[in-house]
Amino acid sequence: MSEILRVENLKKSYDGFVAVNGVSFGVAKGELKALIGPNGAGKSTCFNMLTGQHRPTEGEVFLDGENITGRKTRDVWRKGVGRTFQITGTYQSMTVIENVQMALMSHHRKLFSMMPRAWKLYRDEAFEFLDTVAMADQADRPCSVLAYGDLKRLELAIALTHRPRLLLMDEPTAGMAPSARIELMQLVADIVKDQGVSVLFTEHDMDVVFAHAHHIMVLNRGELIADGSVTEVRNNPQVQEVYLGGGTLFKEEDAHA
Amino acid sequence: MTLTRRMILAAASALAIAPVAASAQDTIKVGEINHYKRMAAFAEPYRKGIELALEEINADGGVLDTELEFVFRDDQGDPAEAIRIAEELMTREGAVMLTGSILSNVGLALSSFAAEKDYLYLAAEPLADSLVWGSGNPNTFRLRASTWIQAAMLAEEAAKTDAVKYATIAPNYAYGQDAVAAFKENLTRLKPDVEFVAEQWPALFNIDAGAEVQAIERSKPDAIFNVTFGTDLARLVREGGDRGLFDGRDVYGLLTGEPEYLDPLGDEAPEGWFVTGYPWYGFEDGTPEKAFVDAYMDYSGETPKIGSLVGYLTAYSIAAAIEEAGSTETEALIEAFEGLEIPDTPIGTLSYREIDNQSTMGAYVGTLALEDGAGVMVDWEYKTPDGYMPSDEEIMEMRPAD
Amino acid sequence: MAFFFAQLLTGLANASSLFLVASGLSLIFGVTRIVNFAHGSFYMLGAFIGVTLMEVLPGHFGFWGSILLTGLAVGLIGAIVEIVVLRPIYRAPELFQLVATFGVILVIQDLTLMIWGAEDRLGPRAPGLRGIWRIFGEPVPKYDIVLIAMTPFILFGLWYLITRTRLGVLVRAATQDREMVGALGVNQAWLFTGVFALGSALAGWGGALQLPKGGADLLMDFNIIGTIFVIVVIGGMGSLPGAFIAAVLISVLNVLGVTYLPSSTLVLMFVVMAVVLIIRPYGLLGREEVAGEHGQVGAPETPIRPYGRLGQAVIAGLLVLMALLPLVADQFLLILTIDMIVFALFAASLHFILGTGGLVSFGHAAFFGGGAYAAALLVYHFDTPMEIAFLFAPLAAGLLALGIGWFCIRLTGVYFAMLTLAFSQLVWSLAYQWRAVTRGDDGLISIWPTDWLSGTVPYYYFTLILGVGGILFLRHVIHAPFGYALRAGRDSPRQAEAMGIDVKRIQFAAFALAGVMAGLAGGMFVFSKGSVFPTELEIAASFDALIVVFLGGVKTLAGGVVGAGFMTVVEDWLTRLEYWRLLLGLVIIAVVIIAPEGIVGSIRSAWARYRGTGDEEVAK
Repeated sequence: MSEILRVENLKKSYDGFVAVNGVSFGVAKGELKALIGPNGAGKSTCFNMLTGQHRPTEGEVFLDGENITGRKTRDVWRKGVGRTFQITGTYQSMTVIENVQMALMSHHRKLFSMMPRAWKLYRDEAFEFLDTVAMADQADRPCSVLAYGDLKRLELAIALTHRPRLLLMDEPTAGMAPSARIELMQLVADIVKDQGVSVLFTEHDMDVVFAHAHHIMVLNRGELIADGSVTEVRNNPQVQEVYLGGGTLFKEEDAHA
Repeated sequence: MTLTRRMILAAASALAIAPVAASAQDTIKVGEINHYKRMAAFAEPYRKGIELALEEINADGGVLDTELEFVFRDDQGDPAEAIRIAEELMTREGAVMLTGSILSNVGLALSSFAAEKDYLYLAAEPLADSLVWGSGNPNTFRLRASTWIQAAMLAEEAAKTDAVKYATIAPNYAYGQDAVAAFKENLTRLKPDVEFVAEQWPALFNIDAGAEVQAIERSKPDAIFNVTFGTDLARLVREGGDRGLFDGRDVYGLLTGEPEYLDPLGDEAPEGWFVTGYPWYGFEDGTPEKAFVDAYMDYSGETPKIGSLVGYLTAYSIAAAIEEAGSTETEALIEAFEGLEIPDTPIGTLSYREIDNQSTMGAYVGTLALEDGAGVMVDWEYKTPDGYMPSDEEIMEMRPAD
Repeated sequence: MAFFFAQLLTGLANASSLFLVASGLSLIFGVTRIVNFAHGSFYMLGAFIGVTLMEVLPGHFGFWGSILLTGLAVGLIGAIVEIVVLRPIYRAPELFQLVATFGVILVIQDLTLMIWGAEDRLGPRAPGLRGIWRIFGEPVPKYDIVLIAMTPFILFGLWYLITRTRLGVLVRAATQDREMVGALGVNQAWLFTGVFALGSALAGWGGALQLPKGGADLLMDFNIIGTIFVIVVIGGMGSLPGAFIAAVLISVLNVLGVTYLPSSTLVLMFVVMAVVLIIRPYGLLGREEVAGEHGQVGAPETPIRPYGRLGQAVIAGLLVLMALLPLVADQFLLILTIDMIVFALFAASLHFILGTGGLVSFGHAAFFGGGAYAAALLVYHFDTPMEIAFLFAPLAAGLLALGIGWFCIRLTGVYFAMLTLAFSQLVWSLAYQWRAVTRGDDGLISIWPTDWLSGTVPYYYFTLILGVGGILFLRHVIHAPFGYALRAGRDSPRQAEAMGIDVKRIQFAAFALAGVMAGLAGGMFVFSKGSVFPTELEIAASFDALIVVFLGGVKTLAGGVVGAGFMTVVEDWLTRLEYWRLLLGLVIIAVVIIAPEGIVGSIRSAWARYRGTGDEEVAK
């Protein structure tokens, strides 16, 4: 299986504090891979370097063999990387479907177009994406009144609009009820299967991780301490040390987001 | 919705304004536009001067047997606003002509507007030379002695001294720049060997007096030409006095002797400066000048300013022109104004020159002294503009073809 | 060398009063996030109250006692203003309080005129400090030395207050994180009032302390406010040491400018500010503003929709009515309507970047006036036919916006606003000082339309078509993908970048488009008035537009246009009255308090309540 994403010796330091320290890993095509680790382990920093929000201090990132290190967020997106955030950033002043249409307008390079009515553009296409995440019935609600879980699903729909090769999801289920988490991740798993997209996600809920991830990576204090199948990682003594010995356990620890 | 509301508002405004526009023509109205708020210290005495004149004129039967009335409006110091108000005064209020403005830019805007719409505008107070010369037009007349004339009077006095090295300080805008240019040109003509060693341009009403004084001192001039006024003048006088800038130097102050600017200086008024101004306290009993001062003080309970005199003369000029024209039509009024003579004003006979529509009002020059803790002009003299004007040929050259 | 030292002392003496006033503004901004344009008014009040007290209280004790009392009095006035005017509107949209403070300026101006009269007051001398000391042979006024000597104590006093007292802890906490103060169990409302009072008191002290070097007059408020904002911005908003460094820097540079570059007095500080902001986008000691920190307070904007059939029919009907207006209206009503349309287009262009783009510009008049000047210069110098000169108004304004936008767009929030202000001041000073070309403040006159447009009625139609056309075009763009992308960048720049939107580039293009539209308005303006003066480029002109946009409602599409119409009519009506500024100020404050969402926003909310629908569902 060839890799969609390859990360080599990625490092990020701020004023002497090393947030991510020489991390290397790969994500195979069609894979659903989890990146776990305690709070402050460097997961979000890692994601931010992959999608261009942060420039790595050292190291390189390859997307399907192409070096994309230090590229701007929007360029990385154009290369086929979708992204959802730990704290959602949807457009509050738009309706649900307009959020999706916005992404489609960007995908179809219509951003500077001043003539057509935006709300008519790609509306059918947007509906399909909303349908995928079961949000079609809320299409015309203002984004600002959505329940949190619905926002997360909307974000997923938005991230799918440009048919990404790779999807990075930062805590996709944070703040959701346990049943909804499983549901959402099942949705993601289906998308991976149906559309052949690869997914890398961070997650705190180990039930979610173990239920869906094909492979798991564990990050601790900026360093990758495990990378393997679910069973391998579960049985890795270092991982057990971090999670069990460290007292943080394989448990819900951060639901406030 | 956008347009809905705008329309409603426009309609509402029409209704709101409608009652004001009572068109019953029981008085002859003159539209007066000025900066009553932002420059109240200058505009209020002017307004009182007008009101005094109106009282006298109307007590005497008005003009053309009709009461003369001024409609006063505030332009916020904004030329564009002034033009809109002018339009309203002429088309809604039934004004027969326009007057007013202290600021030259508003005066110029009104002048251009009057020419385009064929109204008559008497520029009462603005000093810009270009109003009647470079940008002059047949529809604009001007009362007050302009920057050039007043600067030339000071230059004449300066040329009499031995001073060679001059420093100038003037607010950084058109009036200040024109004044300095006029002073330099006149002085250089009279005394070709003078040298201008420093030119200071503080921001209007925002002078950094300490720094300006240091900069002038550094150039070691023999004499100084001052154009600052108002708060700038107060600060300059204080810093300059403290730091000894004026010691042993002749200083020429444009408008410095006008009560508007001199009075606030109190006992710090700079002694020995040669200035233009208005020595209302020095008039002798029995003169028309004194009679005006007394009448004004009776009327307003305040001492007169130069603005009071200008306002008074403005109203009388307009009354005389209307009488002369025998009508309130613009064309007749313009014709009446050209060469108009008004005898027996506080400054003697006042007339409007045909060549450039400028009045023959002159200026008082004199030396500042302290009396009873207040600055006054002594050894003053009233000078008419004759002899300080450019030649008729030069004026014709400057003035766009009528 | 001695001369240079004396210059330095002059600069430092000027800096002390400026620092006092600026530190007050900086404190107020740091804690309450209010951009307090009325700060200069408190400074003016300090001067007038100080003069009055000094006339009553004699001697050393009287002088210094008066200064102390002045600060307390102004602080009290500040507290009242905060409680009455600002407290009700903290939840209003970003910078909305700015409009309220503008109302306060107007009210204080007229009240001061009523109480103290129009004549300038010369400041009393400090007892025993008249005259000079000689330092290295150079004369230095005694009072300057006292001011210089006091400054370190003032700085120390403020430093002590901020770092060593409980109030200071709270102030710093609030500056870092407003929400946290609530968590500390402090009554946030009273903390804000206290800080506002302290800031006002500092302005009052500044006004009183400068008295022996100047006096009290009615123009002080506007004269100082620009300088103070420049200082606070150069120092970094909210940073006291920054304000101190900037006050000294600006004062000393001013003194040097006066000596070595005498005609630079108008622009020097704005040039310094522009340079500092281009190099350090958050001022010398400021910190980066966290996105959304004080943006989008209050209810989020509701989704937008073009008008339905009914709305379109109403608009069409109204356009027909406006087209028929010349049949019934007199000349003046047509002219008033022309003014209104021109101003509405100008306001709509600002609203486009401000409301839709979230870019608060303090210098939009540069494009309105710039367009007007471009056309006027062509007519004045080259006798260009009006038809051609007119086209250059939007064109030149657009190019100017491209140039200015290139520098400004990389900044955010208040710093963006202040850099636009700096550039607009540069444009203004160019028009003001380059007399050979622009005739300075004598303006360009006799710029009248071509014959076939010279009548009021033809020009009315000309304005109607272009002005309404421009407004409708901007509305159309807002509903187009470009407008959506602009809104996306405002709502969530991170998300926008993460979906391939180059936010800065979109904003840059929007800034230029707004410039073009403002220039178009400027072109229509200059030919309707026949003249143009630097006043059209002044800060006040930018603020007129800003205020009407806020009054109309930032989070609505019609806000700018409605606000402009409202203001034109109210002003036209009020300026007939004696104390119109007082009334206008009260009207502005009343609108701000009663309708914190702006006129349109509040009408819409009221309508929604009346209809009994929440604003959740969007009308289809």
